[in-house]
Amino acid sequence: MTNTALRSRAWKLLELVTTPLLPSDYLDLVNPLRAGADLRGRVEAVHPETGDAATIVIKPGRGWRGHVAGQYVRVGVDVDGVRLWRAYSVTSPRDRADGRITITVKAMPDGKVSNHLVRKIKPGTVIQLDQATGDFVQPADKPAKVLFLTAGSGITPVMGMLRDSSFDDAVLVHSAPKPQDVIFRADLHDLAADEALRLIELHTDTQGMLDIARLDDLVPDWAERETWACGPAGLLDAAEEHWARHGIADRLHTERFRPSVVVAGDGGEVTFSTTGKTVDADGATPLLDVGEEAGVLMPSGCRMGICFGCVTPLKAGAVRDLRTGEITEAEPGVLIQTCVSAAAGPCDIER
Amino acid sequence: MTAIDPTAHLTAAQIEELGRELDAIRDEVMASRGERDAAYIRKVISVQRKLELASRAVLLFSLFPPAWLIGTAGLSVAKILENMEIGHNVLHGQWDWMRDPKIHSTTWEWDHVSPADQWKHSHNELHHTYTNVIGKDNDLGYGIMRVDEDQKWQPMHLGQPLWNFINACFFEYGIAAYDLELGKNLHKRRRNRPEFRARAKAVGRKIRKQVLKDYVIHPLLSGPSFLTTLAATFTANLVRNLWTHSVIMCGHFPEGVQVFERRSIEGETRGQWYLRQMMGSANISGSKLMHIMTGNLSHQIEHHLFPDLPSNRYAEVAVKVRGLFDKYELQYVTGSLPRQVFSAWRKVFRLSLPNKKVKTPEPERELVAA
Repeated sequence: MTNTALRSRAWKLLELVTTPLLPSDYLDLVNPLRAGADLRGRVEAVHPETGDAATIVIKPGRGWRGHVAGQYVRVGVDVDGVRLWRAYSVTSPRDRADGRITITVKAMPDGKVSNHLVRKIKPGTVIQLDQATGDFVQPADKPAKVLFLTAGSGITPVMGMLRDSSFDDAVLVHSAPKPQDVIFRADLHDLAADEALRLIELHTDTQGMLDIARLDDLVPDWAERETWACGPAGLLDAAEEHWARHGIADRLHTERFRPSVVVAGDGGEVTFSTTGKTVDADGATPLLDVGEEAGVLMPSGCRMGICFGCVTPLKAGAVRDLRTGEITEAEPGVLIQTCVSAAAGPCDIER
Repeated sequence: MTAIDPTAHLTAAQIEELGRELDAIRDEVMASRGERDAAYIRKVISVQRKLELASRAVLLFSLFPPAWLIGTAGLSVAKILENMEIGHNVLHGQWDWMRDPKIHSTTWEWDHVSPADQWKHSHNELHHTYTNVIGKDNDLGYGIMRVDEDQKWQPMHLGQPLWNFINACFFEYGIAAYDLELGKNLHKRRRNRPEFRARAKAVGRKIRKQVLKDYVIHPLLSGPSFLTTLAATFTANLVRNLWTHSVIMCGHFPEGVQVFERRSIEGETRGQWYLRQMMGSANISGSKLMHIMTGNLSHQIEHHLFPDLPSNRYAEVAVKVRGLFDKYELQYVTGSLPRQVFSAWRKVFRLSLPNKKVKTPEPERELVAA
């Protein structure tokens, strides 16, 4: 018998001993970060970055498969006893010697998870993790000239890239309200001093929002540069239009932290058939929120329609994509993203 | 034995006001659920698992009498915690708000021969909705006993003290049979229904797993202590059965608890539903440890009013609920465990005989005092 076969036999035997629980339920009591456990991480330190942003140092569990610079990770954090999931960019380089990863979080007004992470979470806390994902990354063949266009916490995935490897010719145009609001300001100025980066730091409180047309002055060769942009929807919408107008949309890579367009219609009665709950929902509230409000166990992730952590079978009825207004009707095998879908008439969600 | 409605002094408006006051109590707790509560249930689960592991480890040497005693006592307590404070309450959805898939009513399975989903249906949906309604709530005597004068006497009730004792010893099997509605479904015409067969199979699987774990694997792992460990796990299951049966009997059977006629719940309002739960349940008084060991079902009245509130909050709710009983001049049935167990058993004995002929005919009664 092979080793693995022997092991799976032993595991089966162990399951007979622990029934109705699983062996992992007991092992989790001892080591929640062990190999084979659900992926978790332990918060090791919280370093303030600005008045409302902090970097969280996390020791990931043994199952962590690593990340690519620029990717994000979904974290599940218990806030006031309630498990909430959000996605944050990894800001540490891949080759960090101690194997830890960092995420950098800006506390949003009314942001339950972000405020908890920035202001309340204590080292030693175990959080839930998912494998890193996302395609806001550098290609295998590094472009010769690079432009990073960021604002606010949009700097976080870019910082992950800048820390991960050096660029031959990189320009960063970064906007923040005031100098003290610039996350990683000291690191960025160090990179600029070492000539690893040309840094153009804009303060919108005094200089106003960046007019995308000003790029010609700030970075005259912007059109030749492979560009990665991350920040508020206004900046990204303007950038996409600008690049498209110059016929070089393929040179622009964007990462959004929030869904862009909201299209609402009539709602309907939503049935969560597995749980056996039925509630009325309007046409503007994501089904994820509707389910959570009703106490249904809903998987969730980025809450903006990019990570697919929330996909759920649609058993009956129809839902509307809040970003596009597109209607999806139930068919066998149809999965919907509950975080960007609202009821479009009565529907049945398999949760 | 008089048939007096103990709520007759309340007007319809008062009953609705009572309902609003109870809603307010519920809303207050719901809004304040948080980290402390989450820490509580995680702590109980962690203690229970460690206690069970440690006890089973000690029982590997159960040939040695002190090890048998300590191990059996520990395993009994662990099994009681698992069914009562953890299993029963998690399956009620009391902890669903935490959104932790590992502590959720839709994913939880318990150390019980009745599968979680079958128990949830018969308990959460039927018993908690139709509490103490004759002919609707099968918990009233579990279909084998008569626990109220208004239930019709049949000759088989003569044996009910014995049935009740046997049910107490094998309570989890009794519950599995009850959740399967075995009495009804074993009938020739129903026996072969695929739906029933699937459910019976699920029960069979759970029985097999429990028997294998408690009566085969654990004793085998004990080597020379095989027989003593077998005796220990059997004893622990017996202790749990007797304990849970006693606690649950105290919930609805003691003297002073009201039952209701089928017709009385037609068109029932929220306030009336609350009132029925208040009059149809009884509490057990005792220490904090005692409350935990009963799964906080010692706060049966509060549990029936608010089945999905986290169990660790019933104690604080009980103070307010009791205030409402006083305000509306209603009887809050409570007593120590020995007293309530005695009261319930006395009723089982008394009602094994037909009603005495002192009952006055009252055709249009809504509520009947026991």
